[in-house]
Amino acid sequence: MSGDVDGAPKSRLLRSWAIQRRVIGALLMREVITRYGRHNIGFLWLFLEPMIFTLGVTAIWTATKSVHGSDLPIAAFAVTGYSSVLIWRNMPSRLVDSIAPNLSLMYHRNVKIVDIFAARLLLEAVGVATSFMVLTLFFAAIGWLNLPEDPLKVIEGWLMLAWWGMSLAMFLGALSHRSELVDKFWHPTAYLLFPLSGSAFLVDAMPPEFQKWILYLPMVHGVECVRDGFFGSHFTPHYDLGYMALINLTFTFLALTEIRHASQNLVPA
Amino acid sequence: MTEGGMINVDKVSKRYKVRSGWSTVFRDVDFRIAKGEKIGILGRNGAGKSTLIRLLGGVEQPSSGRITRTMSVSWPLAFSGAFQQSLTGADNLRFICRVYGADISETVDKVEDFAELGKYMREPVRTYSAGMRARLGFGISLAVEFDCFLIDEIVAVGDSRFQQRCYDELFVKRKDRAMIMVSHNDRYIREHCDRAAVLAGGRFAVFDDMDEAYGYYQAHDRE
Repeated sequence: MSGDVDGAPKSRLLRSWAIQRRVIGALLMREVITRYGRHNIGFLWLFLEPMIFTLGVTAIWTATKSVHGSDLPIAAFAVTGYSSVLIWRNMPSRLVDSIAPNLSLMYHRNVKIVDIFAARLLLEAVGVATSFMVLTLFFAAIGWLNLPEDPLKVIEGWLMLAWWGMSLAMFLGALSHRSELVDKFWHPTAYLLFPLSGSAFLVDAMPPEFQKWILYLPMVHGVECVRDGFFGSHFTPHYDLGYMALINLTFTFLALTEIRHASQNLVPA
Repeated sequence: MTEGGMINVDKVSKRYKVRSGWSTVFRDVDFRIAKGEKIGILGRNGAGKSTLIRLLGGVEQPSSGRITRTMSVSWPLAFSGAFQQSLTGADNLRFICRVYGADISETVDKVEDFAELGKYMREPVRTYSAGMRARLGFGISLAVEFDCFLIDEIVAVGDSRFQQRCYDELFVKRKDRAMIMVSHNDRYIREHCDRAAVLAGGRFAVFDDMDEAYGYYQAHDRE
């Protein structure tokens, strides 16, 4: 067990991958114990928190029935919509201003900003995905929604949303090391983006002029894809995963550039 | 594979952006240290000793120049700033074990035995006294084996018996390791190092002879 050196002499890449996995695992455990502790239901909060949110929204939308007068399954509409919001909104919120409080961890040479980001993103993704799955099964069991017509499409759309959330989160997280304005602006922006994100409406129900503009937002494509997989036979979905991938790729590139910049400008106490 | 390892510091400079432009901490720091060698770096408060330690540890990047490491380098000895205050001493230790791939149960036993924290090992670090925190920090530093230890100012921790044990662990059991020690006090450096360097006025000078180094240090006291 000496410093950096692992047992078998594998290739450099394999070895650094092994170290990376170990470090992310360690950070993950640390994050879970720090955030949820060992008392009461502990890390179950990881799934319960997003579930409570989604349940609440589903209840409100079902009660008001105000979303759409059509034959749309409201519960499926709410669960898909709100699970999608949570993914792209929580991820950046977890990463913005997450570098400074963790600076002292950089004294451990194998711990990099990317690892701290990865651990938090993984935790967030697992939490939201589990809540999404449990709620879907729960509502299906009590007959409020039918299981997805095309589960693969749901997974595809959800992975695209997660990719979008991660790239945006890493970009903003690293950028927030440069300026505290990121934190100030992210919260109002996230709030304002929610009604535009396609979670609370179907693109098809919007006027064509509005559709053209709204489809510039990548998350709209993801939500439409998830809903296509759930109840595609009930509406006409509008999405282009190629466009979404292009935006995601751009943000991933920006994120990596910005992380590199932040890594070179760390000054721990 | 760590046989013949070294740290090579090649014309390293570090500057920071401050309000009035750029402030250079030091320039052209140039030295190398091989396995088992011990070098002491003398410098007054603010001379840039801790900055140099952070560069050597790879926490910060040089503004120019290169540092190449072919041996494993520790974090600054007994550094306790990376502890998560709301976690217990044992949790913090387990985190370090996971990061460095050390055997958890074996290491926990070893550190528990060394740091003598008793049941406080299972209490949040925030409830520790300064001395307890330092004992845990020292214990954890010795839980992972490194080829080169970075020592930022030896501070006396605990009672004299504990200090003796720290001394044994570091300078007797690990005397085959390389050590880079920074201090404003020449006593420890004279006692433990084979070479001394002085960091003063942004310049770095290496001496083979301790008295020569100390003379230079005294002469450049005010820089």
